[in-house]
Amino acid sequence: MIPDRIAFCASDTNLSRRSFLGTSAAIGGGLMLSLTLPLGRSEAASSDSFAPNAFIRIGSDSQVVLTMPYVEMGQGTYTSIPMLIAEELDVSLKQVWLEHAPPNEKLYANPLLGVQATGNSNAMRGAWKPLREAGATARIMLVAAATKRWGVDAKSCRTEDGEVIHVPTGRRLKYGEVVADAANMPVPGNVTLKSPGDFKLIGTRAKRLDAPEKVNGTALYGIDARPAGVKIATLAQSPVFGGRVKSVDDTAAKAVKGVRQIVRLDDAVAVVADHMGAAKKGLAALKIEWDDGQHAKLATEEIARKLEQATLGSGAVAQNIGDADKAMASATTKVEVSYQVPFLAHATMEPMNCTVHFRKDECEIWIGNQAVARVQAMAAKEAGLSPDKVIIRNHLIGGGFGRRLEADGAVRAVQIAKHVDGPVKVVWTREEDIQHDMYRPYWFDRISAGLDKQGKPVAWKNRFAGSSVIARWLPPAFKDGLDPDSTEGAIDLVYDLPNFHVEYVRAEPPGIPTAFWRSVGPSHNVFVTESFIDELAAAAKQDAVAYRRALLGKSPRAKAVLDLAAEKAGWGQPLPKGTGRGVSLQFAFGSWLALVAEVEVSKAGTVRVQRVVCAIDCGTVINPDTVQAQIQSGIIFGATAALYGEITLKDGRVEQTNFDTYQMLRMNETPTIEVHVVESTEPPGGMGETGTSAIVPAIANAVFAAAGRRLRKMPVDASLLKRA
Amino acid sequence: MPRSWDSSHSKRSFHIVRKVIMSFAIKVNDNTHSVDVDGDTPLLWVLRDVLGMTGTKFGCGIAQCGACTVHIDGIATRSCVTSIESLGKSQITTIEAIGNTPAGAKIQKAWLDHEVVQCGYCQSGQIMSASALLASNPHPSNADIDDAMSGNICRCGTYVRIREAINLAAQTNEKRG
Repeated sequence: MIPDRIAFCASDTNLSRRSFLGTSAAIGGGLMLSLTLPLGRSEAASSDSFAPNAFIRIGSDSQVVLTMPYVEMGQGTYTSIPMLIAEELDVSLKQVWLEHAPPNEKLYANPLLGVQATGNSNAMRGAWKPLREAGATARIMLVAAATKRWGVDAKSCRTEDGEVIHVPTGRRLKYGEVVADAANMPVPGNVTLKSPGDFKLIGTRAKRLDAPEKVNGTALYGIDARPAGVKIATLAQSPVFGGRVKSVDDTAAKAVKGVRQIVRLDDAVAVVADHMGAAKKGLAALKIEWDDGQHAKLATEEIARKLEQATLGSGAVAQNIGDADKAMASATTKVEVSYQVPFLAHATMEPMNCTVHFRKDECEIWIGNQAVARVQAMAAKEAGLSPDKVIIRNHLIGGGFGRRLEADGAVRAVQIAKHVDGPVKVVWTREEDIQHDMYRPYWFDRISAGLDKQGKPVAWKNRFAGSSVIARWLPPAFKDGLDPDSTEGAIDLVYDLPNFHVEYVRAEPPGIPTAFWRSVGPSHNVFVTESFIDELAAAAKQDAVAYRRALLGKSPRAKAVLDLAAEKAGWGQPLPKGTGRGVSLQFAFGSWLALVAEVEVSKAGTVRVQRVVCAIDCGTVINPDTVQAQIQSGIIFGATAALYGEITLKDGRVEQTNFDTYQMLRMNETPTIEVHVVESTEPPGGMGETGTSAIVPAIANAVFAAAGRRLRKMPVDASLLKRA
Repeated sequence: MPRSWDSSHSKRSFHIVRKVIMSFAIKVNDNTHSVDVDGDTPLLWVLRDVLGMTGTKFGCGIAQCGACTVHIDGIATRSCVTSIESLGKSQITTIEAIGNTPAGAKIQKAWLDHEVVQCGYCQSGQIMSASALLASNPHPSNADIDDAMSGNICRCGTYVRIREAINLAAQTNEKRG
């Protein structure tokens, strides 16, 4: 078995606190927080290591330590990113150790987002050039050091497996032998990257570097942090968003064995104990009276009604092509419908948690988060400290899906830790996790199209209303009533639509927080557009694949994946009664994906997804196994939402509590999934979310094919599909 | 320490009884630990917070997700709803030691060979359920896999590969006679 090679951030106290002087000098003495490695693990930790940039350190033992600017939450980044660097550095993945990047927007910002965050399926898109350049730069400096020592020309040298080789004489120097000299070599300006034909690692099924720890139980997630003397807390937050604690009777809770302290906040109460068992028992023994506040009567239906009304007004124009109104007026057939998608919880398998040690003039935080710089900034604000006094120790993430782009859990933990002497790990119960999530927004779409005599869409109008997560999360990106996330998948469609008009109405629901959720904007928009194009095909009495295909004149890559998926799925071949195929086609996250779902609708109206076939063009494939895994993953995630996903409010409270009332797809419901990849040398597209948005309309369209019923409101409602 | 009340304790006053350290001896991965917690404390929290064995994960607390699965005398059991006082002299095996069993080692190897894991958080529980299945049923059918594994939720959707990996591990078992 491969030895543990991820240098987890220190969650034990016996780890080295050495700072990496070489690195911090190389990067101008920026923030160097939480960079600790287990003692003796690597010479690269020492001050004489070679650190040409913020991502690479090489020790005199030739050990390569890579600082991961993107987080690992299952999507395979901790394998794909090292593949990029190792490819250009010419080292094998076996020589590579990994560590989580500390918060530092200057060094580790995602170039596509402008902030240090892992989301929107853009890690590989963002890393593709800069991290290969980081590897190439280091390699050039190592070669320069070796050639200087040998007195030879760089052109006579090559590199392989962490060694510089002088080709004419066969002399070799390990990288570790020249690191001290390499540090003094000039940093090259423009570096030439390998051409795809020379790739040794990129494009291979390299094994996941994080897998060994994850199968033997040693992998450390935020929830596994155990600083010395840590206490465990769990909490109850106001069941109605915006409510307050009115009174607390903690007599019984304090009597529970192992309970140490009750912390009362404005809108939450926490029980601090020796272990979570005692904390939960103490929480159950608390008698809390809440002041529910202004949202005490809030119900989902009211929010949906307001969103529906919002689509009757006008919104910000997201895209306009031609004259949709004029074309609509002269159309032969008109189709006008509305769609709705519900609030959704993330339900990451690792419940929300954060460990905080609040000290007099600094604060130390153990967490697994997709946006550590955000955590640092918000925790610092809550703690009343400057950000550099907040030490963040990031961890592996037990499911992100957007939930861990938020810092609310860290802020809450700081609020509690302020009252606790020593470190405290705040662990949310699953109930708290589901009922105090920040949810995928509810959306209401009013969409219409006009068809000509041949059934071709000559006009397309769509106005949708819902929450802009971007407006809260990254305010500068919300401009003129629009943001790039809310509209992705609703505009810039792959189809030829000569008269096209799309408006977005930002409408924030009261009393329920919203956030990014795996496949973000497309999670809603692709369901709408791909269901609607299917409706148009049906209205035109045409085959759903042929109808789409006729509109793909400007999108050859979309046509190629559609053809491939249809062929592999056996599109058009007969299926048993009660079974149907549905197709979806999308361009999102920089990748083209066509997907065919086969579903069976029972007499009781329950839907079972039996088989999914998809074809993907995601440009250059860095690791084919990761691409397949992410498609499988995204499809299960989206199918779960399509079949079960719905968060509802009643009396201001989220009605779902745990996996019994917020169901997940399970092994016995899992379809077979076939993934076909189109070869390409274009830059890589995103893969982490694309399956999620594409599967939902494919299921809805397949249900239509199987049962003749159009699903315009998610999730699937079996009562609508019941047969006599 | 004995885990049941000593009769002498019951004769003492309530006040004194409460001060007596009441501890339970539990056998985890061939080691015996004495833990001083309430008898109704779920095993999960004793493992994670008292003994510091964090390989076993918390997912739901109500036996709905399987993240906390351990073996109790070889039977896959949800530790989040198993009280410490119910254990008696049972042998508990966790993810940290499952590789020492033939079925566990095969499952772990198949998990690596087949690249099952993604975020990995549920995988301790998945591996414990799969190991128990393979130990009792060397050649499980797809229906057997559904029965044994449908109590374990994976949000990353690794189900397809879990099924394939169990089949892979089963192939290394001798053909049924």
